[in-house]
Amino acid sequence: MAKQEKSLYAIECRKITKTFGQVLANDEIDLNVKYGEILALLGENGSGKTTLMNMLSGIYHPDSGQIFIGGSEVKINSPVDAMNLGIGMIHQHFKLVEAFRAMDNIILGTKGKKEKNKVTSEKIKEISQTYGLEIEPEKYVCDMSVSEKQTVEILKVLYKGAEILILDEPTAVLTPQETEKLFQILRKMKEKGCAIIIITHKLQEVLEISDRVTILRKGKSIDTVETSTCDAQKLTELMVGRPVSLEINHPPVKESKTILKVVDLTVYKADGTKAIDDISFDIRSGEILGVAGVAGSGQKELCETIAGLMEASKGAILFHKENLLGKTPSEIIEKGVSMSFVPEDRLGMGLVASMGMTDNMLLKSYQKGKGAFVNRKPAREMAEGLIKQLDIVTPGTETPVRLLSGGNVQKVLLGREIESAPSVLITAYPVRGLDINSSYTIYDLLNEQKKKNVAVMYIGEDLDVLLELSDRIMVLCHGKITGIVDTQGTTKEEIGMMMTGENKFSDQEKEAQR
Amino acid sequence: MSMLIKFLVAAVGAGTPLLFGTVGEILTEKTGHLNLGVEGMMSIGACIGFMAGYYTDNFFIAILAGAAAGALGALIYAVLTVTFMANQNVTGLTLTIFGIGFANFIGIFVLSKSPEGTLKLPEKITAAMRGGNIPALSKLPVVGELLFSYSPFVYIGIAIAVACAWYLNHTKAGLSLKAVGENPGAADAAGIKVTSVKYRNIIFGGAICGIGGVYCAMIINGGVWISNNVGGLGWIAVALVIFANWQPAYAIWGSFIFGALRVLKYYIPQSVLPFPIAFYDMLPFLITALVLVISSMRKSGRINLPAALGLNYFREER
Repeated sequence: MAKQEKSLYAIECRKITKTFGQVLANDEIDLNVKYGEILALLGENGSGKTTLMNMLSGIYHPDSGQIFIGGSEVKINSPVDAMNLGIGMIHQHFKLVEAFRAMDNIILGTKGKKEKNKVTSEKIKEISQTYGLEIEPEKYVCDMSVSEKQTVEILKVLYKGAEILILDEPTAVLTPQETEKLFQILRKMKEKGCAIIIITHKLQEVLEISDRVTILRKGKSIDTVETSTCDAQKLTELMVGRPVSLEINHPPVKESKTILKVVDLTVYKADGTKAIDDISFDIRSGEILGVAGVAGSGQKELCETIAGLMEASKGAILFHKENLLGKTPSEIIEKGVSMSFVPEDRLGMGLVASMGMTDNMLLKSYQKGKGAFVNRKPAREMAEGLIKQLDIVTPGTETPVRLLSGGNVQKVLLGREIESAPSVLITAYPVRGLDINSSYTIYDLLNEQKKKNVAVMYIGEDLDVLLELSDRIMVLCHGKITGIVDTQGTTKEEIGMMMTGENKFSDQEKEAQR
Repeated sequence: MSMLIKFLVAAVGAGTPLLFGTVGEILTEKTGHLNLGVEGMMSIGACIGFMAGYYTDNFFIAILAGAAAGALGALIYAVLTVTFMANQNVTGLTLTIFGIGFANFIGIFVLSKSPEGTLKLPEKITAAMRGGNIPALSKLPVVGELLFSYSPFVYIGIAIAVACAWYLNHTKAGLSLKAVGENPGAADAAGIKVTSVKYRNIIFGGAICGIGGVYCAMIINGGVWISNNVGGLGWIAVALVIFANWQPAYAIWGSFIFGALRVLKYYIPQSVLPFPIAFYDMLPFLITALVLVISSMRKSGRINLPAALGLNYFREER
């Protein structure tokens, strides 16, 4: 019996428990992965997925419970231990040295004398051929695309002899085509006998790639199911714990006038490269304009330019036929253009992390007050109103917002923007890192604004959501618009093609546009 | 011709303390820590190195003592910035102020005990630190003077710079060091002991700076102790790091060029360029300022500035 197990399970976790202070992050979790199997780990935010994986990769230590690798019990005390046991973790945010070549990143941290570049390069090529990876070992990471960087990350762990791979949301930054390529690689690794754990939020991908799914909810392992017996609906129910409608409301467009018109806009980044390259589009009232694109295609710069934070070198942004370029951010806010930009670190822009809700409400309105003194009363009332209206969970209006959970922070940010009754609302990644319930609250909020005839620009990551929520989708690639399409009759694959730079317009149409 | 040779020889000599400071600071900055305490570490090294030489009359003990003292100064910096994550700039500046004060205090204290009223290095060590005593080679015409006439400091400095260049570019330890300075998170994930790498290299860098200090104390004033003997060279070294693009090999040329600027005043006759001496004294600092301005404007291209320079690393930060 024991012998059989040895050959069968790569990882076996028994009753793993981990607490952080009062919080029970992992509660007697059981998890096992066979060699030659892909296991998907599914769960909402805060369900304990990352905690569990961090224990497998040696960053945290379990309070109780046992971990077996290849049949024998182990203690994993550090990332080095994990590496020696053949566990390789591929983090969501790449851990690569940008200024190094691919090969230097791959050999980083390995023991022994440094070999000649040629020898290392050959070794890397040999491994990449085995698994069907494409890589140029001499290329600098800073010159690589996101998908190439991920390949380097994967090679890093393979080079160190890992047989157990843990991938934390690997597809979040990839286009559908790149995702497909990654899945092919994972399947090949599976064939070679690797055990793979993949963490993802996207149900479609779980169904496509995994053999089994383990579902975590509030720190407990709820169930492990064969993927072939499941569908998205069932997985969601297991994950959330009750039936959930997966449909995003899509109210029809009532009236549609152009409110904001961007003409031939070109913006340069501080380092002199083009962030936005000669783009033209409009945002209409009562409509949600989705913006798709691989991260870093110019979304951030577009937002900041409209909000008046960045200077454009060419073009115009017309708001009711008045050019916004050259106006200060506060003048633009006064005109009713509102931006809720949720950057990767969520709190970086828009909210002051160490201030309470009241003070954060005041940020946008204190200038309107008379005299030198600040009247906190309206802001406090507004904060209290938002707490009720949006079900924000917080001990009070004076609690620093950084202590709130991600979903609640987002609600505070979006709520404040909506309170100012804007006519244009720009949101970037408002559901980033949110669980399903909170995400749907945000979608409803946006739809409400749309019904109020606000022109909404929604910059998003999940193409499924973009397609369901928006009326039109604009696709950015390297700062250029590669297509503006109606969501009716457009498929995810088409958007994906445009994200990689395939132009939707034929050449003639392009001419006609000019 | 002989004037030119004399000028070049003097330039190399004047550039040598800068070479130590620059190479030491390059190693430090490659860990991602900007140590503005070069002047301080050099001062501590100068003081301890000189006193060791004064009492033992042994050149190598003097150098080792100076290096150890510089390393100790760097250790203070490393404890504060790596372990306690104090602000690097403030810590570095404090180290400079402390180092200069410490050196002057010890210097004046020993001076007050000395019967002659001056501190002058003894005979043997003075002979050892002077140059021009390599048999046969130093006697060669032109080449002998240009290449083999220097104080041992010059050769030690160049050897250290070359060794550091090799260490950075051709060893795994060097690769780990660069990774720590570029992206400590990535290095950590790759199993590199970030804290240990930082401590080792900051301390090693401090030791090199310390030797530069010994040069200042023993050579510049002909073996006589005076206060403030490092005299701002540490600051020029900090700027030279940028000038050398964080490469120890470039630091060799960079420091000799700045050495040339320092001695220019003795070799340009007043009749040719009637600038006051003060202008030449100012020149290295003026060029330093220009280098900083130009290198800050240079945005494109691969500069070797460590990406995480000035940022303390805290693993659990999100």
